[in-house]
Amino acid sequence: MKSPLLQFTSNGIYCETANVYLDPWKPVDHAIISHGHADHSRYGHKKYITHHRNVPIIQHRLGEINVIGKEWGETFIINNVKFSLHPAGHIIGSSQIRVEHKGEVWVFTGDYKTENDGISTPYEPIKCNTFITECTFGLPAFKWTPQAKVLENINNWWAENRAEGKTSILFGYSLGKAQRLLKYLDTDIGEIYTHGAIENMTQVLRPLVDFPKTTLITRDTKKEQLLGNIVLAPPSAHGSTWIRKMVPYVTASASGWMTFRGARRRRAIDKGFVLSDHCDWPGLLESIEATGAEKIICTHGYTDIFSKYLREQGYDARTEATQYGEEETEAALASKSTASV
Amino acid sequence: MRNFAQLIKTLDSTNKTTVKVQALTDYFLKADDADKVWTIAILSHRRPPRPVNTTLLRTWASELANIPLWLFEESYHIVGDLAETIALVIPAADQSSDKSLTDFLQEMIALKKKTDEEKRAYLCENWSVLNYYERFVFTKLITGGFRIGVSQKLMTRALAKATEIDEDILAYKLMGNWDPNKITFQQLVLEENESDYLSKPYPFYLAYAIEGEVSDLGDIQEWSAEHKWDGIRSQVILRNNELFVWSRGEELVTDKYPEFEKFIRVIPNGTVIDGEILPFPNGAIGTFNDLQTRIGRKNVTAALLKKVPVILKAYDILEWEGEDIRQLPFVERREILEHLFKNVTEQNQNAVTEHSQSGVTERSRSEDTERSRNEVTEPSRSDVPLHLSKTMYFNSWEEMAEERDRSREMHSEGLMLKSKDSPYLVGRKKGDWWKWKVDPLTIDAVLTYAMRGHGRRSNLFTDYTFALWKDNEEGEKELVTFAKAYSGLTDAEFRKLDAWIKKNTLERFGPVRSVTPHHVFEIAFEGIALSKRHKSGVATRFPRMLRWRKDKNIHEANTLDDLKNLIPQ
Repeated sequence: MKSPLLQFTSNGIYCETANVYLDPWKPVDHAIISHGHADHSRYGHKKYITHHRNVPIIQHRLGEINVIGKEWGETFIINNVKFSLHPAGHIIGSSQIRVEHKGEVWVFTGDYKTENDGISTPYEPIKCNTFITECTFGLPAFKWTPQAKVLENINNWWAENRAEGKTSILFGYSLGKAQRLLKYLDTDIGEIYTHGAIENMTQVLRPLVDFPKTTLITRDTKKEQLLGNIVLAPPSAHGSTWIRKMVPYVTASASGWMTFRGARRRRAIDKGFVLSDHCDWPGLLESIEATGAEKIICTHGYTDIFSKYLREQGYDARTEATQYGEEETEAALASKSTASV
Repeated sequence: MRNFAQLIKTLDSTNKTTVKVQALTDYFLKADDADKVWTIAILSHRRPPRPVNTTLLRTWASELANIPLWLFEESYHIVGDLAETIALVIPAADQSSDKSLTDFLQEMIALKKKTDEEKRAYLCENWSVLNYYERFVFTKLITGGFRIGVSQKLMTRALAKATEIDEDILAYKLMGNWDPNKITFQQLVLEENESDYLSKPYPFYLAYAIEGEVSDLGDIQEWSAEHKWDGIRSQVILRNNELFVWSRGEELVTDKYPEFEKFIRVIPNGTVIDGEILPFPNGAIGTFNDLQTRIGRKNVTAALLKKVPVILKAYDILEWEGEDIRQLPFVERREILEHLFKNVTEQNQNAVTEHSQSGVTERSRSEDTERSRNEVTEPSRSDVPLHLSKTMYFNSWEEMAEERDRSREMHSEGLMLKSKDSPYLVGRKKGDWWKWKVDPLTIDAVLTYAMRGHGRRSNLFTDYTFALWKDNEEGEKELVTFAKAYSGLTDAEFRKLDAWIKKNTLERFGPVRSVTPHHVFEIAFEGIALSKRHKSGVATRFPRMLRWRKDKNIHEANTLDDLKNLIPQ
């Protein structure tokens, strides 16, 4: 029997015909990388292919690597298999990977979201036979508010804290969420300070996106300078001595997990803003429908629940175990830091 | 409703007590009086009866959300709160209601008597239009159990700030039985009204566990000790020829303990006793497990009354001859209590011709020490179920420690230390009273099942089941469940274990997962007794995780026989 175009192996998602892996979790010869988060772009492959906007990101994170950057939609052929990258809308430079062989098309999403965040190239649905999708937020409890409204709330929160003479500390992943927040912070309210992990990544991305001015917090930064201003920090900084020096402050986290009241309470964060770089429930269902795929493979998130629901809706859906999503689980949000630094 | 939902949102948006108190104070200053009464009622867990059962709520919410019921249930297991799940899954809306909190609660009270179709229409109408927070609060009012990180104490503090009434006086006013639907804010909070106080208990004085060395408390001559009994802390009130029994949870439990009706004829009106309800099977103090057969039983059968009778072990007296005597020094209150007890015993002896000296009497080493008075602490068996919790005075902290070591055989949890001149304070306070509990019993057990938590632990596997080894009929070792525990680990440990559980699940049973036996934990518990209601045949009291024994493999965990050997003979 002919083996499927893409297989789930102990090294990662494998295309046997092309001898290429997609986002492998063990070192391999030839890897096509969807985006720069640590669980998708790992160290130790001999050759990397990714979107050119992701090249500076993984070079920053992985150092000297052999990497080739591609354009959106540019086809490259390896052993008769046609590959191309298409925007996934997750973070800057994030791609879906399209794989075509003898008329059969598979699409691997990596991570994605359907809302246009204004800094990542917006997601485009790609027609395919088999759609390999994440489902980090694959439950009907997750429904995002449009980002304009959420960002307005964040700016209002900052302005209120400023009025009370307090420093606002906003937590978000150093790659992706931090830049999305930064892009829309209202500099009429005050100044934007950054944690080192976020500052470094932002510097890498400044040539690609026009961001407001940021100031790195150093040992010499005075607490008085921060009062009324906003500090962007990775989730790991919460509860650290670095933060404790900033009293009086108010904390907030921007994440899809903030949907749950309990998630915010157990992390002892004052305010939770629901802002995610993943699809919500309607987003997942709409994009699956738009691909026209008959086979769906769920890789990470609430996979069992989500694939069961898809089967009830008439899809041939199943779950495959991967090592993605480690940094996106809710538990990791609090403990893991600078996963992407 | 808008203001109340906004209050809940503000309380939800901060982690700081001062901000919460300020938000509540602001609310109490501007809210309508009727809404204030309902807010007090809700935050002190006095809610109207649930108008719709949760099965119907789940069904209707999943229909409105257009998702299958199983998917709703899965979501609920992950979200961890029914009202929150409902508010999240049904389609978003953004209206705010002009109706007051009181309007909504009255509608909900009226709803109880309506048909299912009417109930469904009412719920769907509100669910479809209210914005997220109002929808959440609305549903929370229907499901009840309004736990939102605001204690009654915190609410009382805010109310005190808003009304400028002393916090302790307010705490007293808010106790007892009052119906938010009938009482006004004026009557509940502002007015002084003697007749309202007939059934009212006093706020309980609670102690903290002792910190550091007991000898740091200073001169032992200033301290009185007594055993810390393990039952239900209660207040027994006799006023106007009526008896009221309150549990510490502010529940009126008079009907559950008909034994205490005998108090009416021997204890004078205008008396309030603080004590512990204890099981007393076969004329001796039983275990908490015995008492459990009485708790929650609405109809107490004659057979049960005979099998597990209860007594009141009296600690303190708060009201005497109609006077609030909480400010008197502890030793003076005890003199009054002992005087009362003596009278009760004498009246008994007069009433009962045959006075039996039998019954188990407490022995105490303190009798050899300073205390020379030969105090009788128990009346004869068939009589009034009032016992004294004996006070003990020691000459050295070492002697006191020896007494503490006897706690388990006495069926007590350890000692209570009370400063001889301490007044009876309100709530949990440091300084005058201390708990000095015995060290817990411990055993090493294997983690076998896990369940997601609720509230701040929602979506994390934090509730665990533990097992011990037992030889089965074929002579092979198998793991037998013996206890559940969900406290004692740090947040970081919970997160680690949660991640491990998700990867090592064997089977799923709704919200519960069985996991590969791999991790060993040292489980601590306060008490232990044989039990027919438990699969292992043993019941443990307040089990919790003391340590994650990463150094042990599962074969080094204890056996069920090891556990049984801990049961006091």
